Amino acid sequence: MAQLVVIQRKCTGCGVCVSACPFGAIDLKDTAEINAACRMCGLCERSCPEKAIMRLETKAKSVDKEAWRDILVFCEMTEEGLHPVGPELIGKARELAPSAGYQVDALLLGHRCDKAAEALRHYGVRNIYVYDDEALGFFRAEMYAACAEDIIRKKKPSVVLVGATALGRSLAPRLSTRFRTGLTADCTELQLKENSDLVQIRPAFGGNIMAQIVTPHTRPQFATVRYKVMDAPVRQKEAAGEVHRMPLPQKAVSEVRFHEKRSIPKAVNISDADILVVGGRGLKKESDLELIKELAGLLGGEYAVSRPLVEKGWDTNARQIGLSGRTVKPKLIITCGVSGAIQFTACMEGAERIVAINADRNAPIFRVAHVGIVGDLYDILPRLIEHIKREKSQYAGV
Amino acid sequence: MNIFVCIKQVPATSKVEVDEQTGVLKRAGVKSKMNPYDLYALETALRLKEETGGKVTVGTMGPPQAQSVIREAYMMGADEGYVFSDRRLGGADVLATSYTLSQAIRTIGDFDLILCGKQTTDGDTAQVGPSIAEHMGIPHAAWVSRLTPRGKGILAEQQLQDVIETVLLPFPCLITVEQDIYTPRLPSMKKRRETKDKAITVFGLEAFLDQNPDNYGLAGSPTQVERIFPPSSDIQQETLDSGDLAKQLHDKLKEWKFL
Repeated sequence: MAQLVVIQRKCTGCGVCVSACPFGAIDLKDTAEINAACRMCGLCERSCPEKAIMRLETKAKSVDKEAWRDILVFCEMTEEGLHPVGPELIGKARELAPSAGYQVDALLLGHRCDKAAEALRHYGVRNIYVYDDEALGFFRAEMYAACAEDIIRKKKPSVVLVGATALGRSLAPRLSTRFRTGLTADCTELQLKENSDLVQIRPAFGGNIMAQIVTPHTRPQFATVRYKVMDAPVRQKEAAGEVHRMPLPQKAVSEVRFHEKRSIPKAVNISDADILVVGGRGLKKESDLELIKELAGLLGGEYAVSRPLVEKGWDTNARQIGLSGRTVKPKLIITCGVSGAIQFTACMEGAERIVAINADRNAPIFRVAHVGIVGDLYDILPRLIEHIKREKSQYAGV
Repeated sequence: MNIFVCIKQVPATSKVEVDEQTGVLKRAGVKSKMNPYDLYALETALRLKEETGGKVTVGTMGPPQAQSVIREAYMMGADEGYVFSDRRLGGADVLATSYTLSQAIRTIGDFDLILCGKQTTDGDTAQVGPSIAEHMGIPHAAWVSRLTPRGKGILAEQQLQDVIETVLLPFPCLITVEQDIYTPRLPSMKKRRETKDKAITVFGLEAFLDQNPDNYGLAGSPTQVERIFPPSSDIQQETLDSGDLAKQLHDKLKEWKFL
C-alpha cells in the first residue's frame, strides 16, 4: 500500500498541487492537506515545485500470483441463446493470454445451454464449464455467484472477464467482493503484464480522462467490458474445447423466488444499427428531436441521444449512447449538438465514420470526429434533409 | 418499512477539460450536487414509506461538506441523515467503499430495505450497490424499474438483456433502481424551513464494528490507479467550417455511399 503525504516544513502553501489534483483531494489551509478523495494518481507529487509531497510505500501482503493462472470468461445466456459479448471477450482473452503463458476457459451458466456450450467450442477455448440447472433459469445474483465461486475456487483463474451487461454488472461486484479482490467496470482496453497483472483502462472521473488501473496484490482480477468494445472473434470451423458439466454446488441456495418473466417488446437496439443519428444537449426543445429522427429515417438508420436528453426525460435509456447507456459501433454516426464527454465518446469512437456537428469549435467531440462540422445544427439539418429528399424524389418513379 | 438510502455527493458538472500538455484537469471552483441517480432511490424510499409507513434514513460517505446532500434529502422528506467521514476512509475503490457503507449501515441499525441509485455520475461503475449486499450477506436485485411490497418482502422487476424478470426478495435486501421507477419530487421550501436545524450525525471509523483501518480507504482497496492520461486522438480528421455545410455533408454521405 502507498500513501501520499505532505511534508509540512517544505510546503509553502502555493496551491500548485490543488489545481493539479483531478480528484479535488487537496485542501489548502496554511499548507496543503490531502483529504479523503485521494486516488494516489501522484500528479501532485510531480507538480509540487518544492518537492514537498512524497509517496510513502509500505509493503503490502500479496497473494502467491503463481497459484492463480489462466483467464476465465463468463458467458451469459439470454432468451435467444449465447450473448455475443461472451465470444468477444474470449477473443480478447486469447489475445492477452500468451504474454503470461495462460490458457482461456469459459464459464456458462443458465438453463438449457447445450447449444450455447456447443457454439462456444468454436471460439478456441480450452475448457467450457457448464452449470445447467432449472434453478439458474432466471437471474438471481446469489445463485450465479455461488456457481462462479465454485469454479473459481477449483480452477483459480488469474483473470475473470465478464460482459458489462445488466446481468454481468449485477453479478460481477458480488463475486469480486466475495473474493475480496478488485473489479474494474467498463474497461475499454486490457493488457496483460508478464507478471500476470491485468492492466485495465477505462474512462474515469466524469471528465475527459482515462485511468489505468491494476489489481497488484489480490487474485482473481475481475474486469467487465461492454458489448461491442472488443472485436467479435472469427468463428472457427472446427470444434475444439472440452465441455465439462458441473453439478450445482451446495452453496447455491437463495430465498429469492421467481415471480414472472416477460419479454421486452422488441425494442430497437441502437447497438445493432449500422447508421446512427444522435441528438445532444444542443437541441433546444423536445420536438426538435424530430429533425434527428427524420434524418435517421432518410438514411435508413436509427436515432439515439446523449445523457442530458435522457436526464430531461426526452427519451429513454434504451436510446442513450454512453457509459450509463449503450455502446455502439456503427458504420456511420452523425452527432448533432453533442459536446462529447468521455463517457459518450468512449462508447461510440469505434464507429467506422464519425461526423460531428457542433456550434462550439472547442467541443471535445471534434477530437474523435473524422469529419467535424463547426456550425448550427438548426441551419444544417433542415437543409441536409431537404437535399436528400430532393434527390430521392428525382429517382422516384424512375 | 425501515429503509436506508445510500447517496453520494458528486461534482455538479461533467464538463471537465484536460490540459493536453500536462494531462492535468482544468478545474475552476467545481460545485457539488447529489448524484442524480440517487434522487430516484430516495423518491422510491419516500413513496414506499407513504404507502406502508416506516422510516427513511439516508447516509453518505464523504468529507464533512457532504452534509449538504443530507440537507437536500431532508428537504425531500428523509427522516434521518448520516455522514460517514474519516480521513482513513479516503481513496476507497469499490470494495473498500462498499465495505465502509456496509459497516456504517450496520452501525446505525437493522433495515428491511437498502436502496441505491443505479450508479453515480462520477465513478460510473454501478458496482457499489451489489457489493454492499455481498458484504452484508443479503440478496440484491439491480436495474429495478418497479417495486411492490409483498408480505415480508418485495417484488422487484429487473431489466435484463431481452426480458424483464420479476423476483420476490425477502427482507432484508438491497435494490438498485433505474431512473424510470418514479419521477423525483423537488425539494420543498416548507421542508427546508422545517429541517433547517435538523441534526445530521457525523461519524467515522471509531463507530464501526470493524475498526481495523487496513480494511478501509486506500489500504483496503485492491485496485490501484497506476496513471491517468488524456484519451488519444490520432485519427485522420477533417474540419468543415465555411461555405454550404449542409451541401458538403450531403456530398460526403454520397461519397461514402450512404446515399
